[in-house]
Amino acid sequence: MVEILLDATVRAGTPILFATLGAIINERAGIINLGIEGLMLIGALAGFAGTYLSGSLLVGVLLAFGASFLAGSIHALITVQLRGNQIVSGLALTMFGVGITALFGKGMVGLTIVGFKRIAIPGLSELPIIGRAFFNQNLLIYFSFLLVFLIWFFFYRTRWGLGVRSVGENPAAADTCGFSVSTYRFLAVTIGSGLVGIGGAYLSLASTPMWIENMSAGRGWIAVALVIFAGWSSPRAMLGAYLFGGITAMQLRFQAMGTTISAHVLQMLPYFFTILVLVISTQRMQKGASQQPEGLGLPYDREDRK
Amino acid sequence: MKLVIERREISSALLRFSAPVASIGVALFVAGFLLLASGVSPLAAYKEILIEALGSLYGLSETLVKTTPLIFAGLGVSLAFRMQIWNIGAEGQIYVGAMGATWVALFSGIQNHWLMMTAMFFAAFFCGGLWAGVAGFLRARWQVNEVIVTLLMNYIAILWVDYLIYGPWKDPKGFNFPLTAQFSDTARFAEYFDTRFHSGFFLAVFCALLLYLFIERTVWGYEIKVIGSNPKAAQYAGMNTGMAIFFVLFLSGAIAGVAGFSEVAGLQHRLQHGISPGYGYTAIIIAWLAKRSAIGVVIVSFLMGVLLVGGDSLQLLWQLPVAFVYAFQGLILFFLLASDFFIIYRVKLVKGVVNG
Repeated sequence: MVEILLDATVRAGTPILFATLGAIINERAGIINLGIEGLMLIGALAGFAGTYLSGSLLVGVLLAFGASFLAGSIHALITVQLRGNQIVSGLALTMFGVGITALFGKGMVGLTIVGFKRIAIPGLSELPIIGRAFFNQNLLIYFSFLLVFLIWFFFYRTRWGLGVRSVGENPAAADTCGFSVSTYRFLAVTIGSGLVGIGGAYLSLASTPMWIENMSAGRGWIAVALVIFAGWSSPRAMLGAYLFGGITAMQLRFQAMGTTISAHVLQMLPYFFTILVLVISTQRMQKGASQQPEGLGLPYDREDRK
Repeated sequence: MKLVIERREISSALLRFSAPVASIGVALFVAGFLLLASGVSPLAAYKEILIEALGSLYGLSETLVKTTPLIFAGLGVSLAFRMQIWNIGAEGQIYVGAMGATWVALFSGIQNHWLMMTAMFFAAFFCGGLWAGVAGFLRARWQVNEVIVTLLMNYIAILWVDYLIYGPWKDPKGFNFPLTAQFSDTARFAEYFDTRFHSGFFLAVFCALLLYLFIERTVWGYEIKVIGSNPKAAQYAGMNTGMAIFFVLFLSGAIAGVAGFSEVAGLQHRLQHGISPGYGYTAIIIAWLAKRSAIGVVIVSFLMGVLLVGGDSLQLLWQLPVAFVYAFQGLILFFLLASDFFIIYRVKLVKGVVNG
């Protein structure tokens, strides 16, 4: 029972994990991205279309990354180069993503593909309790484990990672030190957006191998909230994403067991818990040292430097 | 040769006015390519939108029907914008407003028409207000990000309405469809000219006037403007910013909630799924385009009404999904943001090497 629930937790949490990691990269560089929901949809459709047309899951995932990267570059152009309002631009990106995927996805509704399959890692997958959840999963899930480590390594062990963090914390100081604020910010937004797209592709290539209009169903917004819960750190993002995967898994379990509680009420739970977690983590953030990047949400103009 | 970006000393009024118009124009142009890609001639589509929405008395009435909820929701969102507060939850507030009004219409047993409408109005007002007030309280008390809270509460509100219409409020004579029973005539707005155009529109315009007077002519309105433009100064002046944040979000949600009342009393005459096909999100664009002016909200709502009615007819004619309108709205916002840049800055081509 615990084994099955844990397995479902990881599977439900992974798309949110990719999206949260992508959002963290955006915000570390100082750019708020409220387009996550739209980017997930763009990734989901591009991933599905790529796989359907080529027959290769890898092509699908790469296309999902590429399409979301491109869509993210609109947000990057507006917020970094044109110093536009980050909140409005992100909302516009979400609307654009919802609309354009509905338009271009119309022909894809009802088609099916062969999605990602479980690959058991010999030995480890036999472990009690955690074996099935962590070592008998599909390739995208293994990739997400690797990504959590890579992003941590990138931020704290590489010069480029330091550059991203410094343009997010104090762009004026980073500029003085020779880091190009606009280049770092632009790449952080676009690459982060691409990762969000892979989260979307997980939905259409692994969760349910088909395209459904608006299939992200608010996961992008949950990811935006989880960034704060995670304190902008990738290992904590994993914890947060699985917490929500767990709630989703339990909700589905309840429904399968045929409880008398309405399915609609059960479906509210993830959103309700996200708000609860947001309140708790905001309070914690204010009590202790805030991990929020200092320059988050502020456009940078060299002329404004004091 | 090098491109240089410099700040304009003054941004002309002509530029400030023409920029939003130009951004809609460019958005139309780019959306044309999206239409082409889905096999629809853009010119034919735009002509169709104009004819459907404005070409006949019936078309105009349908446009005003869609304009009505947009005015309420747009006013709500723009009031919060005034104070640099983001109410992204108008969609959910419309749903809970409709829910409150429906409760009164179905279960209060009031027989008098005016009493009934007043009670429904206030039920929607307070439901919408309290819904947004949750985000207001969390923001004022613990600095919780109101963008995320208001947005997530949209999903909860829609699921709640679903729960009611699939469960306790389902019409027993409704052949098991997820709908409540129809309202009696006591709980309906008057309709005019044999169309679906109803009194809700006049209420919306009246609300816009009231809000304009509230912002421009009262002390509270003044405080909201001051807190919005300079929160530090407002605090030094002794204004209670926390209370103001809660109050503004409450009022913002309350006005959006009235849209729900207007929709069930004027149009749907019952509570059902999809009361609002995204009016609450369109309201964000309206508020941003209207530059926070209550009268501007009415004008922009009408433009968006044209777009929505046109979008519906594109769906009928060419099977384009209704959500296409969102893509278009997203594009308008993108170009609007980009145009802001050119209002503030000037891009010049300069010869030779430039320092800085």
